[in-house]
Amino acid sequence: MGRYVARRLLQMIPVFIGTTLLIFLMVYALPGDPVRGLFGDKGASPAVLRSLRHEYGLDKPVLVQYYDYMKGMILHLDFGTQVASGRPVTDILGEAFPVTLRLAGMAFAFEAVLGIALGVVSGLRAGKAVDTVILVVTLLLISIPIFVLGYIFQTVFAFKLNLLDPSVSDATDYSQLLMPAIVLASVSLAYVARLTRTSVAENMRADYMRTAVAKGLPRRRVVGVHLMRNSLIPVVTFLGTDLGALMGGAIVTEGIFNIHGVGGTIYQAIIRREGTTLVGLVTILVLVYLFCSLIVDLLYAVLDPRIRYA
Amino acid sequence: MPELTTSADQATKAAAGAAAGARLPEPKPEKTRSLWGDAWQDLRTNWVFVLSAVLILLLLVMAAWPGLFTGADPNDKDLANHYLQHPNYGHVFKADWLGYDAQGRSVYARAIYGTRASLLVGAGTTAVVVLFGGLVGMLAGYFGGWIDAVLSRVTDMFMGIPFLLGAMVALNSFTERSIPVVIGALAFLGWTQTARVMRGSVITVKSTDYVQAAKALGAGTRRILFRHVLPNAVAPVIVVATISLGIYIGAEATLSFLGLGLNGVSWGNDISDGGNSIRVAQFIMLYPSIMLSITVLAFIMLGEAVRNALDPKTR
Repeated sequence: MGRYVARRLLQMIPVFIGTTLLIFLMVYALPGDPVRGLFGDKGASPAVLRSLRHEYGLDKPVLVQYYDYMKGMILHLDFGTQVASGRPVTDILGEAFPVTLRLAGMAFAFEAVLGIALGVVSGLRAGKAVDTVILVVTLLLISIPIFVLGYIFQTVFAFKLNLLDPSVSDATDYSQLLMPAIVLASVSLAYVARLTRTSVAENMRADYMRTAVAKGLPRRRVVGVHLMRNSLIPVVTFLGTDLGALMGGAIVTEGIFNIHGVGGTIYQAIIRREGTTLVGLVTILVLVYLFCSLIVDLLYAVLDPRIRYA
Repeated sequence: MPELTTSADQATKAAAGAAAGARLPEPKPEKTRSLWGDAWQDLRTNWVFVLSAVLILLLLVMAAWPGLFTGADPNDKDLANHYLQHPNYGHVFKADWLGYDAQGRSVYARAIYGTRASLLVGAGTTAVVVLFGGLVGMLAGYFGGWIDAVLSRVTDMFMGIPFLLGAMVALNSFTERSIPVVIGALAFLGWTQTARVMRGSVITVKSTDYVQAAKALGAGTRRILFRHVLPNAVAPVIVVATISLGIYIGAEATLSFLGLGLNGVSWGNDISDGGNSIRVAQFIMLYPSIMLSITVLAFIMLGEAVRNALDPKTR
């Protein structure tokens, strides 16, 4: 087990370097200039541009910039300076991350609990009316784009029924984040429900299920232990990779509900072409993604003892 | 006129019948159907498949000849007469049927004309993704070893970047965002999933007897790959590709919504515009959203129907 974790961590290093380099190259190799962007349409004298570029290290070759950036990040936890505001990127990350983490965490909870519950209900009654309804509803949730869903929720619950606030204040308390979290979770929730349903419906026909029922185990134990443990593996795989996706995908939700989190910061960074902010944020998202996929791999062994790590 | 048949006729018929009976009954060759033949039999009677296929056909016609569905020009602006004019549901298929947007353009005409951009982006991205991701996955799965190790790690790297973010970064460098540019941005990070599916599928097929037999008979690598492995490994990729086509159409609309999508008439741009007048005129946003959702839904349903038909376990 320990050796397996060590090997996985070592495997992550090239992926981590590759992914950050890729995003770095995408930001800097594509046309556009953050320093020129600072001055808007008016522009500035070439001398000013040159000195600013030198200050931010933008005049060096891309690979040297990447090396310097990674060195600063790993040795001093220095994610660079945001060009537009002159503040360190770590400050900006510190403000934005807790908000998005709360939003993504709530969405994740919805997705996991409600998604698995709906999937199990649907899978246990495969072919019945409940199953059909759940399948149709989840299919609709998948096909309606998240920004349309956001507007629908806003129109119905905030403007028509006056039940909830249409946008989120800076306090970002849990009651305000409820609606955005549901919207953010909706698509993944539908995927989780459908995945669970397929898995449960398939395992219902398995021999060990018939055995468990035949030897007179109570239904709760049959479903809760025998069925769930075998059915949850694909669901856990999906959930594991989804937490990172939720944080990255919060761009749209945060935009609609006026939440100042990672999504908004990333959006601004992309539009203003601020490589350092963007690379810092994406680096953290990549770390979350890699960490989650490691956890998922380790969870396999808990769920299914047949899977062993050498 | 069957009642007028003479007894002579009947006699000849009976004789013919006897002669046929005398001959050994020709054994009807047992028709062996391929996986796809089986799936086709299954799909023909599946209402989900038929419905989604009809919808997609309709959308294709709409994309090719939008003029068939509306006489109005999607870019005609008449602010003076039509600013936020509400729908006139009596005028079916007319320019004012679904109302006008905040620039005085016909919502109905724009909903029809937006089909082309969405379908082109979806189909184009899927084509690039299947060709490139499929090739990478096939090479990684078939050759294994260090080729697999390198290709799989590269796939991991591209997978680590959130899809929407990567597309946004790529698109932000272009001021002229034409359809090929958007396809390129979506396919740049989209190919990873296809590569993984193809790799898994090829690994399964690689160890089958017929591939070993082809190898033993001395078939070249290219022949084995394209004549034996590929046709048997491609089914899961086709399913994933069909579903992804719908997802890419949704992604394009999301990018348009964020202001980084296509220039020109597209559902995403219209939904985004409609969002600005959502308090006073919800219909502007409603109709392009319905078109978009139906399109995405049709491709997902088609993909799922094909998957169920191809999977013997669900039969």
